[in-house]
Amino acid sequence: MIDILQLLVFGIVLGGIVALGAVGVSLLFGILRFAHFAHGDMMTLGAYLAFVFAGILGWPLPLGFALALVLTIAVALAIDRTIYRRLRRTAPVILLFSSFGIALILRSVIEMAFGPDTVVYDTAISTPWTVGGLRIKPDHVTILAGTAVLVAALHLFLRRTRTGKAMRAMADDPDLARVTGIDTERVIAWTWIIGGGLAAAAGMFLALDTRLVPTLGWHILLPVFAAAILGGIGNPYGAILGGLAIGIATELSTLFLPPVYKPAVAFVIIVAMLVWRPTGLIAGR
Amino acid sequence: MNMLAVDGIHGGYGEVDILHGANLSVAADEIVVIVGPNGAGKSTLMKAVFGLVAVRRGEVRFDGADITNAATATLVARGLAYVPQERNVFPTLTVTENLEMGAYLRRDDIGPDLERVWSVFPDLHARRKQPAGEMSGGQRQMVAIARALMSRPRLLLLDEPTAGLSPKYVDEIFARIADIRAGGTAVLMVEQNARRALHAADRGVVLVLGETRFADTGAALLANREVAAAFLGGARG
Repeated sequence: MIDILQLLVFGIVLGGIVALGAVGVSLLFGILRFAHFAHGDMMTLGAYLAFVFAGILGWPLPLGFALALVLTIAVALAIDRTIYRRLRRTAPVILLFSSFGIALILRSVIEMAFGPDTVVYDTAISTPWTVGGLRIKPDHVTILAGTAVLVAALHLFLRRTRTGKAMRAMADDPDLARVTGIDTERVIAWTWIIGGGLAAAAGMFLALDTRLVPTLGWHILLPVFAAAILGGIGNPYGAILGGLAIGIATELSTLFLPPVYKPAVAFVIIVAMLVWRPTGLIAGR
Repeated sequence: MNMLAVDGIHGGYGEVDILHGANLSVAADEIVVIVGPNGAGKSTLMKAVFGLVAVRRGEVRFDGADITNAATATLVARGLAYVPQERNVFPTLTVTENLEMGAYLRRDDIGPDLERVWSVFPDLHARRKQPAGEMSGGQRQMVAIARALMSRPRLLLLDEPTAGLSPKYVDEIFARIADIRAGGTAVLMVEQNARRALHAADRGVVLVLGETRFADTGAALLANREVAAAFLGGARG
């Protein structure tokens, strides 16, 4: 029983990280109508930028995280302005392939700059707390609290602000949004701010939980897409639930499968969803 | 003085033009209806006015200013609003949020406008927190029209507002359109229910094969035997 609870804790931590990535993928798909394959590498970028501040310069981790978040958003906006914006009127598949290219560029630049080897934020090894037989790392508390704050902020943004509502409207129907007079370029820019910022946070949390390598984000892209599809692509709330479901399912799979099969869980979920419920588990439209 | 003047426009979606010399005009206090057989280009003409279909020849003027092929956001700012025939609400947004999106370009207080919508559409007030996608077709049409009014347009473009609705809602829509005009907003509409629409309209335009064939008052078009026989399903008055 305690094993299952322990795996649930790991699953929720992983699920929160996947959810942060999946929200961006889902919103970007809803608004720009293409699968953003560079999202994983945007996560990696955020994680390495945090490493520059917190690891190399030795600044406090929260400050490093905040700076990395802002810089990742700036890079996301710059990529959109220089590359994706020129391709908005073309077929979505062209945007998809250009995002493949961006993914390769980001990953290669990161590898050139930092090398292929593992790096860590902090050399001090934090000792896990034991709560009723459960082992909980302080990093896990940081990750869960950070994720909860970001999700709450996202919720307030989407429900209470004019731009957030316009973002949901545009994810519902981009053509109607344009006809209504919504400033679609402004909404797109905000989508990159939200998507890029959450991707950076997800990357930093993942690096904190595991280890930082240039393929960090690329390897979690599959679960991120699985979560977005599970929640109904275009639906940010579905993406959060999808992320938690994928994270928990992945960790619980080790009860009856060798851990090397963990990545296969997300893959099986994607295939099953696309076969039986391509519109997502959460019925929306 | 005409608020909207469409002068001999040609245009369409791809290589082939659908409109071949369409004309119409709307004055500031008028209801004008576009009728004609299926495939005549009625909806295309409406979209061309709103900059959603490329106009290759001819001119669209609003308040005397050339708005041919203008960006839709600038048209909303000028005082036009458009309600598409289908997919005209944001399904996951609540009724209130749909209305707020209609007022996206406004920076002033929209409270009085919301109050007015609730008084005109009491049904919507009861369902204001419900996602628009969960409502019936007739209610969605009300939401769509109310949303368009939130930008305080001076000209409202309605594309087949009664298509597929029950008689009860058709009556309701026509009553609301009369209210909207009484409130100072001109209406240009495409309507498949041609006889009914011409009765409600000040003037009508008969569009055939992308070209304006007749343009007259609603009553005159209804009395015109040629129009009645060819486009209104018989000569009954």
